[in-house]
Amino acid sequence: MEKKQPQVGFRGFRGGHPGMGGGPTEKAKHFKRTLVQMFGYLRPYWWHLAFVALCAIVSTIFAIASPKILGKMTDEIIKGTVGGVGINFNTITTIGLWLIGLYVVSAVFSYIQSWVMTTISQRITYAFRRDISEKIARLPLYYFDRHENGDIVSRVTNDVETISQNLNQGMTQIVTSVIMIVGILVMMLTISWPMTLIAMLVLPSSLMLISLIIRRSQRYYGKQQAALGEIDGHIDEMFSNHAVVRAFNGESRSIKKFSVINEKLYQSGWKSQFLSGLMMPIMQFISNIGYVAVAVVGGWLAVNGRISIGDIQAFIQYMNQFTQPISQTANIANVLQATAAAAERIFEFLAEDEEELEMDSVASPVSVKGEVKFSDVSFGYSPDQSIIKHFTAHIKSKQSVAIVGPTGAGKTTIVNLLMRFYDIKSGSISIDGIDIGEMKRHDVRRLFGMVLQDTWLFQGSIAENIAYGKPNASHDEIVAAAAAAHVDHFINTLTDGYDTIISETADSISAGEKQLLTIARAILADAPMLILDEATSSVDTRTEALIQSAMDKLSHGRTSFVIAHRLSTIRNADVILVMRDGNIIEQGNHAELLLRKGYYADLYDSQFSQIKPSL
Amino acid sequence: MAVAPRTLQADKDEKITVKYLVEYFKPYLLAMGGLIILVWGQAYVNLTLPDYTARIVNQGIVAKDIAAVWSNGLQMLLLALFGGVCTIAIGFVASKIATGYVRRLREAIFIKVEQFSLSEFNTFSSSSLVTRATNDMQQIQNVLSMVLRMAFLAPFMGIGSIIKAHQLAPTMSWIVLAAIGVLVSLIILLFIVAIPKFTLIQKLVDKLSLQAREMLTGVRVIRAYNNDDRQQDKFDRTNLESTRLNIFVNRVMALMQPVMTLVMGLASVAVVWVGSYVVSAGNLEVGNLLALIQYVSQTIMAFLMISIIFIMVPRAAVSGRRVNEVLAVEPMISDPLSPTHLPKVPRGVVEFHDVDFGYEGSEQPVLSNVSFIAEPGQTTAIIGGTGSGKSTMLSLIPRLYDVSSGSVTVDGVDIRQLSQEELRSHIGYVPQKASLFSGTVRSNIAYGRPHASEVELNQAADTAQAREFITSLPKSLDNPIAQAGNNVSGGQKQRLSIARALAKKPKIYLFDDSFSALDFKTDAALRQALKTEIASATFIVVAQRISTIMQAEKIIVLDKGRIVGMGTHRELLRTSVVYREIAESQLSASELARKQ
Repeated sequence: MEKKQPQVGFRGFRGGHPGMGGGPTEKAKHFKRTLVQMFGYLRPYWWHLAFVALCAIVSTIFAIASPKILGKMTDEIIKGTVGGVGINFNTITTIGLWLIGLYVVSAVFSYIQSWVMTTISQRITYAFRRDISEKIARLPLYYFDRHENGDIVSRVTNDVETISQNLNQGMTQIVTSVIMIVGILVMMLTISWPMTLIAMLVLPSSLMLISLIIRRSQRYYGKQQAALGEIDGHIDEMFSNHAVVRAFNGESRSIKKFSVINEKLYQSGWKSQFLSGLMMPIMQFISNIGYVAVAVVGGWLAVNGRISIGDIQAFIQYMNQFTQPISQTANIANVLQATAAAAERIFEFLAEDEEELEMDSVASPVSVKGEVKFSDVSFGYSPDQSIIKHFTAHIKSKQSVAIVGPTGAGKTTIVNLLMRFYDIKSGSISIDGIDIGEMKRHDVRRLFGMVLQDTWLFQGSIAENIAYGKPNASHDEIVAAAAAAHVDHFINTLTDGYDTIISETADSISAGEKQLLTIARAILADAPMLILDEATSSVDTRTEALIQSAMDKLSHGRTSFVIAHRLSTIRNADVILVMRDGNIIEQGNHAELLLRKGYYADLYDSQFSQIKPSL
Repeated sequence: MAVAPRTLQADKDEKITVKYLVEYFKPYLLAMGGLIILVWGQAYVNLTLPDYTARIVNQGIVAKDIAAVWSNGLQMLLLALFGGVCTIAIGFVASKIATGYVRRLREAIFIKVEQFSLSEFNTFSSSSLVTRATNDMQQIQNVLSMVLRMAFLAPFMGIGSIIKAHQLAPTMSWIVLAAIGVLVSLIILLFIVAIPKFTLIQKLVDKLSLQAREMLTGVRVIRAYNNDDRQQDKFDRTNLESTRLNIFVNRVMALMQPVMTLVMGLASVAVVWVGSYVVSAGNLEVGNLLALIQYVSQTIMAFLMISIIFIMVPRAAVSGRRVNEVLAVEPMISDPLSPTHLPKVPRGVVEFHDVDFGYEGSEQPVLSNVSFIAEPGQTTAIIGGTGSGKSTMLSLIPRLYDVSSGSVTVDGVDIRQLSQEELRSHIGYVPQKASLFSGTVRSNIAYGRPHASEVELNQAADTAQAREFITSLPKSLDNPIAQAGNNVSGGQKQRLSIARALAKKPKIYLFDDSFSALDFKTDAALRQALKTEIASATFIVVAQRISTIMQAEKIIVLDKGRIVGMGTHRELLRTSVVYREIAESQLSASELARKQ
């Protein structure tokens, strides 16, 4: 498996979001419903949120008040100098102290607000992650077999991250921006309505211009994202098939294709960047126009004695402050959309159908003999189709069952049914006479040890991995299991022995050794029945011999189901189930099946008899 | 999952590590010069505008002279317009430089990697190279365009504002310096407290996604062992840890905004307050107070920009270094200056002459003293345990690696004297892991021969036992293939990959354990078809399954990089201990007997 290296502050370029790259913001399909669901997560923090809003209001109001008061200070100076009476420093001091107080109070409240909001948004993030992980445990296997792991992981990480960030900043921005806009408007009006009118004429026009540019730049941004996706895909594909590209002389074609996409990316990239960069200078220029206009009108009003210079100064400060909340409110729609889109993906996941709840009073065999009966079992992966039809078989205690068939014949289906990863459609499967449909899933699974070819080890020490089925196992037990699985020697060659951490990147453990570790795990779990998946080819022959011997040891004295590849396993099996196209088409032992001269006989012959001399 | 950035030798030496990055930047130096002039213009405007603010107040409003307001206002607007034009031009130049440079860099890295042999390729690993060509590039571009806009402007503005403030009111410039002092110490404090935690947070994010991924990939095993709860607890612990750390870091970082506003506010109060005494003493006009407030805020903004640059640049530097590492690699395998040529239709005799091979930097040779000859019309099989060097041996033939000593020849010509393209045009290679390209079934089969005819493609598919399933596809040959061939099964992928080699119609076929994804029946049918269809070619087959190769004319038994046996199945059963062991592990005694 190739792995992407996550980077700080960088959204993975293949976040697994369908529809990403089409445009800058994703839209939620059910915006309203998602918001309502979102409120469900916010509800426990109702009082906190109210408190946050209160702090934001106080902080903003204090911040809005200060320019006007600062203007009073300027007026005081002008009164003193122009009037020739001298500046009243007592008044100046009083105003100065008031201002310092205002600023400090505003800052303190603003900080308290962030402090609380951060806590809330992180707790909600925690809740989202917790709910997703709990959901994973309740989903039927059906779901996982049909969805990309990457997509689910991206919900746990990227989507939750988006929500967390937007909650943290977006929520308070909504409150503060609205208060700012209203507050500043009120303050402006208290200074002078004609000047406010002019400001109101200048600012909206700037906003219109900006939204025009934004729309333009978003188009290029979309193109850029698409080209970026394309080029990333091409690079990924070419690099992960490097040997083939080279062996087939594909380099020059690959480079040519790359250059075409690269050019596309460049064209859309610089345009998108340039256009989005236009916003700032235009805003600045427009605010300068506004400034001059206010100065002219203000000057005229001041000459007529209608307002003071301090008021003009305050007014100009208000104008400068006005643009920020307005562009923030303009952005809030985007923020909400992005949050809703992320939240929707999470809620979608959380709303997936879960495994059926289990009855409380359910049966469980006490001491298990391991007698398995399939009675008229039918099953299909989708409701409208049956792949296994009316299958009946009786496996006696301690017998071995080999499941054979060509690749893709659905050999793992039997495993899925036995372990109740999937439930059958009709008929019944019983163990020691008890229908597994009436047992708890946990109890069914407890009866089986399982070794799959697709070895799954988690990040943790080797000892932890072996003890996965028996967490309280002693060290001696773990070593004994490893020894029985012929892997003790290998573990001891590692520097950290049983404490060696297995990680996805550590290549020190080969596929075969991993398989041995999973066998050790099954040995330690000591379940009365077994499900084995024989290794095919990824393992070298000597390790394969070890694996085989370990598997033989493990299956001795247990009812075992083996997805078999080795002829000796197949031939020695008590029952062979022959599968084709999902269905079990023949059953019996080796001799019986050969006599029948059916599919099995055909399959068997093709391996050894029909090979013409040479090759 | 969380792969720590791979760093190679030259990591610590900054000067070396940016050599290639600088090299590729050279064409943009002139544009950079223009950019600096434009930035200077923008800074000049920003620094002069407050003068007009002051004049409008002093000469116009205070003096009650509307005409002065008008004339100063007009000049101010003109200047602002000029500044706006400069800023727009800066944006234009900066975005062109940033995206253009990264385009060059991206192309360079791609072409470089396409020339890599597997030796260089594997020192980085495929996923790391992908990241370098994608994420790292984007990172560099984002930071570069940001830095181009700010890196020159910020110092111009910062220093300029301080000077202007000082000129306006020498006794008050300490206010500006004090504000900067407070801000800089705040930023440094935040850096010290928060930055180390950022790395930790990233680690936890990786851990979260790793554990989530584990829950998904291991879903069968977890459920088989009834371990949902434990898995849940494990995730919950990481989740909680991450939540706590995030709360802490965010609380620290939340200081930034209020403190900045506070400093800005206090500085303006201080300007007016202190200013009142200066004005009273007759050393300052009232309007200049306004200008001073603007200089204070401009200085603060400048320092903010500088701190942003300090946050961004190290990130890009990491990416830059990683990109540079790739560019600095000299591909080990290159074409000879005057290549020899093989006849148009070569015979296809492959011979190894005393070949040694070892990966660079590793003491243990992978292959030693390997000599054998593979004849046309025959199958030469290679068998041995994992790590015995089978696949490596095969990769030497198309020069995916070069021998360390000895030589490999085709029809007696040392393959190092051929151009790589010519050599490879005669080889049909089927890798161990079938890898398809996104496109169609057709484009995949025709990958080695883009102009192959329909008949040829069908023929290849037939021989590869792929015809049946291809016709069952909705659009048969034109059926789309998803990236990595994810919409076809493993066995089908393998058959298409074989068809791809066949459609090329080469003289030499290399099968690297290519039959393992096939079931016995298809495997047998395929080998049968190969034998009858393409009788005259040279087949070299690596295998794990003895049944796949026991009919081969020549079987080479490899153990720890050495040939320990060579001959036919029957001969080897008698002469080679290793071969017997392998055979016994796979076949039962009766089968062995039967086959003997």
